[in-house]
Amino acid sequence: MVEDKDILIADEYKADDDMVTHNPWRQLRQFTAARIGLGRAGVSTPTRESLEFQLAHAQARDAVHTELDVESLQQQLIELQQDFPQINLQPPLVLHSRAIDRVTYLQRPDYGRQLDETSFTSLKPYYSKPPYDLALVIADGLSATAIHQNVVPFITCLLPILIDGIENFSLAPISLVKQGRVAIGDDIGEALNAKAVLMLIGERPGLSSPDSLGLYMTWSPKRGLTDDRRNCISNVRQAGLSYATAAHKCLYLLSEARRLQCSGVAIKDRSTEKILDSSAVQTSFLLDNKVDRKGVNGK
Amino acid sequence: MDLKQFMGQSYRYQLGSKTYQFTDLAELMAKATPARSGDRLAGVIAESAEQRAVAQLLLAEVPLKTFLNETLIPYENDEITRLIIDEHDAEAFSVISHLTVGDFRNWLLTDTASTEVLKQISAGITPEMAAAVSKIMRNQDLILVAQKCRVITAFRNTIGLPKRLSTRLQPNHPTDDVNGIAASMLDGLLYGSGDAVIGINPATDNVAQATRLMSLMDEVISLYEIPTQSCVLTHVTNTLECIENGAPVDLVFQSIGGTEKTNSSFGFNLAILAEAQQAALSLKRGTVGQNVMYFETGQGSSLSANAHHGLDQQTCEARAYAVARKFDPLLVNTVVGFIGPEYLFDGKEIIRAGLEDHFCGKLLGLPMGCDVCYTNHAEADQNDMDNLLTLLGTAGCSFVMGIPGSDDIMLNYQTTSFHDALYARRVLGLGAAPEFEAWLEKMQIMTNAGLAQLTNHLPPAFAGSLNSSAVRYYRG
Repeated sequence: MVEDKDILIADEYKADDDMVTHNPWRQLRQFTAARIGLGRAGVSTPTRESLEFQLAHAQARDAVHTELDVESLQQQLIELQQDFPQINLQPPLVLHSRAIDRVTYLQRPDYGRQLDETSFTSLKPYYSKPPYDLALVIADGLSATAIHQNVVPFITCLLPILIDGIENFSLAPISLVKQGRVAIGDDIGEALNAKAVLMLIGERPGLSSPDSLGLYMTWSPKRGLTDDRRNCISNVRQAGLSYATAAHKCLYLLSEARRLQCSGVAIKDRSTEKILDSSAVQTSFLLDNKVDRKGVNGK
Repeated sequence: MDLKQFMGQSYRYQLGSKTYQFTDLAELMAKATPARSGDRLAGVIAESAEQRAVAQLLLAEVPLKTFLNETLIPYENDEITRLIIDEHDAEAFSVISHLTVGDFRNWLLTDTASTEVLKQISAGITPEMAAAVSKIMRNQDLILVAQKCRVITAFRNTIGLPKRLSTRLQPNHPTDDVNGIAASMLDGLLYGSGDAVIGINPATDNVAQATRLMSLMDEVISLYEIPTQSCVLTHVTNTLECIENGAPVDLVFQSIGGTEKTNSSFGFNLAILAEAQQAALSLKRGTVGQNVMYFETGQGSSLSANAHHGLDQQTCEARAYAVARKFDPLLVNTVVGFIGPEYLFDGKEIIRAGLEDHFCGKLLGLPMGCDVCYTNHAEADQNDMDNLLTLLGTAGCSFVMGIPGSDDIMLNYQTTSFHDALYARRVLGLGAAPEFEAWLEKMQIMTNAGLAQLTNHLPPAFAGSLNSSAVRYYRG
């Protein structure tokens, strides 16, 4: 008898094959991550595909509701900073938005954009200090999972290029924010007297991407700025935009912001403009049927 | 009765020793609205369940005529208000002009309000009247009355006939990869989806990209002779430019809201929509009809743009339908659960909003469909969507979305799948648009399209493209 449970499960599904109509065009998944060619039981989604969807949704839901592990993150950042003695950073600051819990956070985006009273007061000592070039702010956003999985490896890529002697950025203490939205970074950047803020925040989880990290850069951060003053880099994660590429994009945006003394729509990320021109495939397999219909051997 | 006396007067209700007072019609409407998070965020929600119930009792006593005299956003300040007032059809209204909001609900539920009568009075109903009556209707009322409304539109097929449920095939891809999009299109077509429109939300939103995607869909529709239409959901000004450049534009898309300020935050006004409609009509690409506009709406968009003028989000939404009906659209889609839990918190609120939007749209004479959907940060799941889909199918919803496995990998939300639409067609006995149904059988995609019976083999017309995909386009 086979003892391996996985094989037994696979065998059960094989036995169901006469109930499930499979789709030969499932091979087209080479072109897309979309859930095509699922097959069907009657006209409905087969059991396995239905349960796989439930698993993906469960992971996305957990990402939304997982609490940011501030203690562990703080410890990891302190250890990381020890690798860069020339930066001489202070320990990360732990802050909280006005949204007291997740339910409030989800219904009151305005609360998530403001610091609570305790956090606000804790930043007062920084008001009179000389300006920093950059404040890094880390917030859970809609996916603490994204922060847990991506922030440390991303910062590991970012720190060395921020201080490599070509573009030197003096760094404010890193802030960790619970129940934060993007705009809270502007408040913190202003309070820390920083010329720019880079916000690292968990993006709204997709079904196939519960762990996506978003990066938002604002020059001259101030309370009340709107989205058009920010530059965004999205989908930073193991299966998305690589940490090294994201770090270089950040450096580019920060250098441009410093040169132009502004951020947002005024800065164009030239590296993304090229993508459209070069990778554009102009025709598709679905139109290649023309060849077959005319009797020419398309193969 | 001199109706002017209502102008600027407050609304009062005595309940035992307690007096409830509402400053104006806008506040009364907001407080009478079934609870939802967006109205809480805006600070216009009822402060207690009792206050809401009282507001509903008071709203039921308001004569329909009041809505013509007491505008919620001043006529001088808002072109949507001007549109609503200037285009109001007094003759159509005469049938119901003596009714209060409460009477109107009763009247809508009677057999007097037949399909034909509802069609005749449609132009006499303002969005605010529709919104007001919906606030005092239960879900079953919204379903029953909407089901009596019949709105038929056409381009290359006919949408909205009795016992039909069409689908928008939505083959989005995070990088607009043509083969990725084509793969989802093929999947959808082979599951019988796409009679409302094949509509792509582009990841990169500019004229060059839109033109590329329009050409792809146009060639697929021509090659396989599909009786349907295509649309790239790009900004109306982009589509205008596409038309000027000679791109194959079937439908003009635009997201619309219910206040002038909302629409200017979207970067358009009524004059631009009129220009785009004329441009699309001039192409004469429709074969069985000339409804060339596709609009999307959704509760919360005005608040999101800080352009709600203190109104509740459902009233703002209904006002967007005034914009839509000015331009004889083929399709109007309320994207009900996309905006997130700060506007519609959970499955209960999404379901209610979906039924309200569908009812108000149909009552106002629009070909109303619904993106039955949710995001991962909303308190909702597939079961809530099953409920709303079944309810809307029962209510005679014109169309829903169709996407591979409910997972939009570009927009990162969940909407109805190709399978879901077949479920609804089977359980409710609904067919696709007749022209499309005939095509499904001709192409051997379905053996019996009326019963949503798919064939068990690969339809021969598509075998060639699958072979070429394996050989020439392989990039593993």
